[in-house]
Amino acid sequence: MSSLQSYLLLSSLLFSIGLAGALTRRNAILVLIGIELMLNAANLNFIAFWRYGPNPSKLTGIMFAIFSISVAAAEAAVGLGIILAAYRHSKTTDLDQMNSLKG
Amino acid sequence: MILTPQTFDQIFPIAKLWLLGFVPAGAQPLASAILSVVPVLIAFPLLFAITTWLERKGLGRMQNRLGPNRTGPFGLLQPIADAVKSLTKEDIVPITADHVVHFLAPLVLVAAAFLAYAVLPIGRNMVIVNMNAGVLFFFAIGSTVELSVFMAGWSSRSKYSLLGAMRAVAQMISYEIPMVLATIVIIMQAGSLSTVSIVDKQAGYTGIFPHWYVFTPWGIVGFALFMIAATAESNRSPFDLPEGESEIIAGYYIEYSGFKFALFFLGEYLGMFATSGLAITLFLGGWSAPFSFLAWIPSYVWFFAKLLVLIAAFIWIRGTLPRLRMDQLMNLAWQYVLPMALINMLVAGIWHFMPTGPARWLVCTALLAAPCILLSLALKRKQRFQVRTYRFAE
Amino acid sequence: MTVSFLILAVLTVAGMAAAMGLRNAVHCVLALTVGFAGVAALYLQLGAQFVGFTQIMVYVGAVAILAVFAIMMTHSPTPVQLPAYSSRWAWGIVVAAAVFSVLAWAIRSGTASSQVLPPQPDIDVQQIGEALMHRFVLPLEIMGLLLTAALIGAVVIAMDRKEEPK
Repeated sequence: MSSLQSYLLLSSLLFSIGLAGALTRRNAILVLIGIELMLNAANLNFIAFWRYGPNPSKLTGIMFAIFSISVAAAEAAVGLGIILAAYRHSKTTDLDQMNSLKG
Repeated sequence: MILTPQTFDQIFPIAKLWLLGFVPAGAQPLASAILSVVPVLIAFPLLFAITTWLERKGLGRMQNRLGPNRTGPFGLLQPIADAVKSLTKEDIVPITADHVVHFLAPLVLVAAAFLAYAVLPIGRNMVIVNMNAGVLFFFAIGSTVELSVFMAGWSSRSKYSLLGAMRAVAQMISYEIPMVLATIVIIMQAGSLSTVSIVDKQAGYTGIFPHWYVFTPWGIVGFALFMIAATAESNRSPFDLPEGESEIIAGYYIEYSGFKFALFFLGEYLGMFATSGLAITLFLGGWSAPFSFLAWIPSYVWFFAKLLVLIAAFIWIRGTLPRLRMDQLMNLAWQYVLPMALINMLVAGIWHFMPTGPARWLVCTALLAAPCILLSLALKRKQRFQVRTYRFAE
Repeated sequence: MTVSFLILAVLTVAGMAAAMGLRNAVHCVLALTVGFAGVAALYLQLGAQFVGFTQIMVYVGAVAILAVFAIMMTHSPTPVQLPAYSSRWAWGIVVAAAVFSVLAWAIRSGTASSQVLPPQPDIDVQQIGEALMHRFVLPLEIMGLLLTAALIGAVVIAMDRKEEPK
């Protein structure tokens, strides 16, 4: 198993852990954290392909990872703001109880 | 070995190379790393001990009292007495505290504080790691300190400590942005993120005057903003509301006693030395002498001399200015220091593109002084007529 | 598969698994921080220093603190002991396991396992800066716009509005 394959397996394992967390946790904030984990796994994939790919001097993998980190940070901020607003409305962060659109 | 000033200047790299000659070739990288790191691990805690004595004596004299004078002549053995006390004190942990996080918080703080010294050039050819993105590494490590402060405050499960931790984290993240912006000006001018090349660019002389970045309009303003942000990052007076003894007892490290408290103290002071060291590297020319006829004094002596001057300035400000309230502190960060840092960046760009001469000095100084005066007046006027409203107490 | 890669991989997977598995939300975020640090160390091992330090600064220094603040602010004052996992957690595990098995099969059978390792690319920050200003200037500007919109949006959404008369 080459180095690239080991990095890709690691990133797919992280991705599935994040997916499992996002699908099973009750607290809305922990679901967001699972999404951040999935984004991290995808970034690791990009950097691994940049390193072991054919043309590392073009910096495409690094650029994509930098922009992905910025987008993830922005999305975490907005997502947590939405969770705060929803908590203020329904007094709970339990996702199993937020199952009706009627306020 | 001929005893020239060059030899004294390079005594530490020469000693390291001589010691490496005794090590077999297989263990050379590990031995080189250990020999680079151990002097820093010895020198800066020693400086911490000296600073505790200096601070207590200095504050005492500023407050018209003597300070410690019983342990040894002039109280010089006071740090040893403090060390013995903190090592032998009972380590009390509250029952409801989160033991694992409570134990790890001071370790994370001290580890992060020590890691920051890896990119500071203490003398000519005396840096532990010459990283290409050295300044970025420094700020990345500095941002992990906030997490350890939160860990300390939350794991104690006490209202005072949680409140102190929240305030401290809010203050630290607010002042991190002006610190980075003040640094970006230097990076723009030097063209590199490596601390060694930033110092090398400041090591020249025109006549007898040095090329330090602090002797330019944007450099002085950047230095002032950086020192304000560094004072707030280390939670020192006048920004020490999260840990002021008369406000919130001790803030986020109330429930710590004995050796862990000493570790917090050590971590906080080491952080102060590290940010002062970075300010010296970026603005004050690192290890270069202030005048060209003084260049025979070794470079590490100049670094520590500048560091002691900055520490004395920190102690002086602590003894002089009153503590800022939390909303005043946050207002200062977001409404004064951050706009000034952005304007500083603009002025540094203008400086770069104007031809050398008195014209660019006048233009840049005017462009910096006008917003400074206008912002100060605007903030002062707003506070005079502002009725203090309480958002959650009614 | 060097020793350092194995250690970092184990550390990262342990941190992330703990982040998704622990009961206490703040413990989850602290374990997540360990996982982020592990991923940053993996970036450093792959030779992407700028991305590694940016990862520490953004994720450990900002996103983790943001998550912790959000947990503090959504803490219910009466400690109701909610179960940590949703009522249909088994389906989540099944889906995640299916995704991982498909990805692992694709990886094992897909990439050409060329044993010739390309040399470590030696990039410095100047090249990243030049690339940002020349080839990637449009994404850079759009990112600035996006971050401004996200900043204003997050503040507006999370602001406590007390205009209604009591």
